[in-house]
Amino acid sequence: MKRIRSAILLLALLSVVAIAGAQTVTITYWQYFYESKVQLVDELIKNFEKANPGIKVEQVTFPYESFNQKVAASIPAGEGPDVITLFYGWLPMYVKAGYLQELPKSDFNKAYFDKTYYPFVAESVDFGGKYYSAPTAVRTLALIWNKKLFREAGLDPNVPPKTLDELAAYAKKLSKYDSQGNLIQAGLAMQPTGQGHSWIREVLFRQFGNVPYSSDYRKVTYADAKGAAALKWYTDLITKDKVGYPNFATDDVTAFKAGKAAMNIDGSFRIATLNAVKDLEWGVAELPSYNGIKSNYASYWTHGIVDGVKGKQLDASIKFLKYITSPEVQELWLQKVGELPATPALSEKYKNDPVILPFLKGLASAKASLFIDEAGQRNVMVDAVDEVILKKVDPLQALKNAAAKEQKLIDDFWK
Amino acid sequence: MTLATRRSVTAYSFLAIPLVFFLCVRFGPMLYMMAMSFTNWGLMRKVTRFIGFENYKTVLSDPVFQQSLGNTLRYAILGAPIVIVVSLCIALLLDTIPKGKGIFRLIYVLPYITPVVAVSWVWRWMYQPPPLGVINAILVAVGIPAGEFLNSTTQALPSILGVNVWVELGYCSTIFLAGLQTIPKELNEAARIDGAKGRQVLFKVTIPLLAPITFFLVVMEGIQFLRIFTQVYNMSMQAMGGPLNSTKSAALYIYQKAFTNFEMAQAGSASIILFAIIMAVTLFQMKFLDRKVNY
Repeated sequence: MKRIRSAILLLALLSVVAIAGAQTVTITYWQYFYESKVQLVDELIKNFEKANPGIKVEQVTFPYESFNQKVAASIPAGEGPDVITLFYGWLPMYVKAGYLQELPKSDFNKAYFDKTYYPFVAESVDFGGKYYSAPTAVRTLALIWNKKLFREAGLDPNVPPKTLDELAAYAKKLSKYDSQGNLIQAGLAMQPTGQGHSWIREVLFRQFGNVPYSSDYRKVTYADAKGAAALKWYTDLITKDKVGYPNFATDDVTAFKAGKAAMNIDGSFRIATLNAVKDLEWGVAELPSYNGIKSNYASYWTHGIVDGVKGKQLDASIKFLKYITSPEVQELWLQKVGELPATPALSEKYKNDPVILPFLKGLASAKASLFIDEAGQRNVMVDAVDEVILKKVDPLQALKNAAAKEQKLIDDFWK
Repeated sequence: MTLATRRSVTAYSFLAIPLVFFLCVRFGPMLYMMAMSFTNWGLMRKVTRFIGFENYKTVLSDPVFQQSLGNTLRYAILGAPIVIVVSLCIALLLDTIPKGKGIFRLIYVLPYITPVVAVSWVWRWMYQPPPLGVINAILVAVGIPAGEFLNSTTQALPSILGVNVWVELGYCSTIFLAGLQTIPKELNEAARIDGAKGRQVLFKVTIPLLAPITFFLVVMEGIQFLRIFTQVYNMSMQAMGGPLNSTKSAALYIYQKAFTNFEMAQAGSASIILFAIIMAVTLFQMKFLDRKVNY
């Protein structure tokens, strides 16, 4: 009798376990490998699984360089993830290729985005009223400077340049040369392949009175005299003032970390990296203004749900997406990664943080370029700078060449 | 079945394994690629359809592809002859030294057995502008103006080419050295007894007898330089083949078309064009350089 009873109990127990097992939904999440982000998401997954029994999330990461390659190879084959984090500049490409599915209108609609996010985010995730992704955090550019090198050059280490003219003057004072005239310390790192191309595109062009694109970013309009003046100002720093040049000391970030560049234009995502460098005394200031015009470039990584995800998988994916874009996670993101909350109201608290504040202030005037081929468009601007500094092409002509190339990329995309 | 047929059956079945592998892994995909190059296949498009020679037109009229083909030819036309001549000189010198042949041979072959990626990055660092680059540090120390190397549109290609020459020297000089050692000593001695001078022996005896080996190396090195990729990928900023596409090779162009633009069919047609060029060059070499050697 006892045996039978225990057998029945065991059977019952087994069936409960089986039912519970059948109800567990596993979803896969992909992002590129950036150490602080990967660690944070591991933590977030633990919290999420605790709050949502029955859902398991697996995180898979790939190097930045091969991320799109992986996506392009896996998603059409139906072997991709359920939830994916992508750079906003890849969004049009992903949407056009049909990699992402429209987020449920009940939760993710115009009213929601307008209320929750900065205007530049709401604009750039809107595809004719359809929404395919939502971000957690945004990033802007700022001027960072090395306080020790300021002191050495006889400059006040707590007073950064406020205008482009001051920036150029400071950069000259901070540059050092060897007996042959070779630059050995850059006053200002000049790296178009880094954040430099965005600084030119969304900041310098606008400050010199140019409007680089039509409002829908389908028409390239930077190839005029004002745009050329901006490019000339930038390239003169390299060719005439010789305060820095592309790839000096490997690149801008390496040069700044090594104390070989006194100033750099960089993004808020670099905060954690720079804090980790021993003995580096650095400050952050808003991007220098010009003609009284302030401008900034904002960018973000955004989360979407892959096309073809259905049923329980889809429900779990939506829950996870809502969690990783929640206010709670946005704050954690700022603390652990350094990227700013994508919801304006959450930023209020950080108004007294000297490192965060300049990046936050930048958001007020920030534009997020609507890239359709981020790598291709970046390269167009890098080539324009190279043509001026290496081939002595007139800045206006270089911009005309660039505009023609970029316009072709855009036209081919929307064709 | 006789023993002989059984033996040959065994031999054929063993040989069939690499053949099957070759057909599945090399030949099959190649034919598939040739067929797909007439479609608009791209990873960003859901529907693939036949478009005839459209891709070939697009690729051939792309100024970047034209430039990268030009660069590829420059790599091959400059690189292969330099490697052959210098490695022959090295092999001749190595052949004459009485002691330490092994150690010298090892030194020359080391770059060849080092992974190309590692070699490329070390050279990339050595080429850096002052104050970091070793080469420029030496130039500056002896009072020569610093070179721009990889940051210049004119010097970058020769700088990358130089690295590849240095790598290939090890391979070619080893093969040449082996070839030199197969030349019967008697021929050399007979020529000297007949009153031939050192230079005459070299040009009338040694070099003609090395012809089959030289031919083999010319073909191999020609192909090697025509498909140069890894060095350019690793030594140019952001693997773009810059500055201003001045170092971009056809292979790198194909890679970018396929894996950054996801235009697989365009990449396919570009690779078939490159394939045709390599094939034509090799056939040309086989027709005009392959001469029989008579002792």
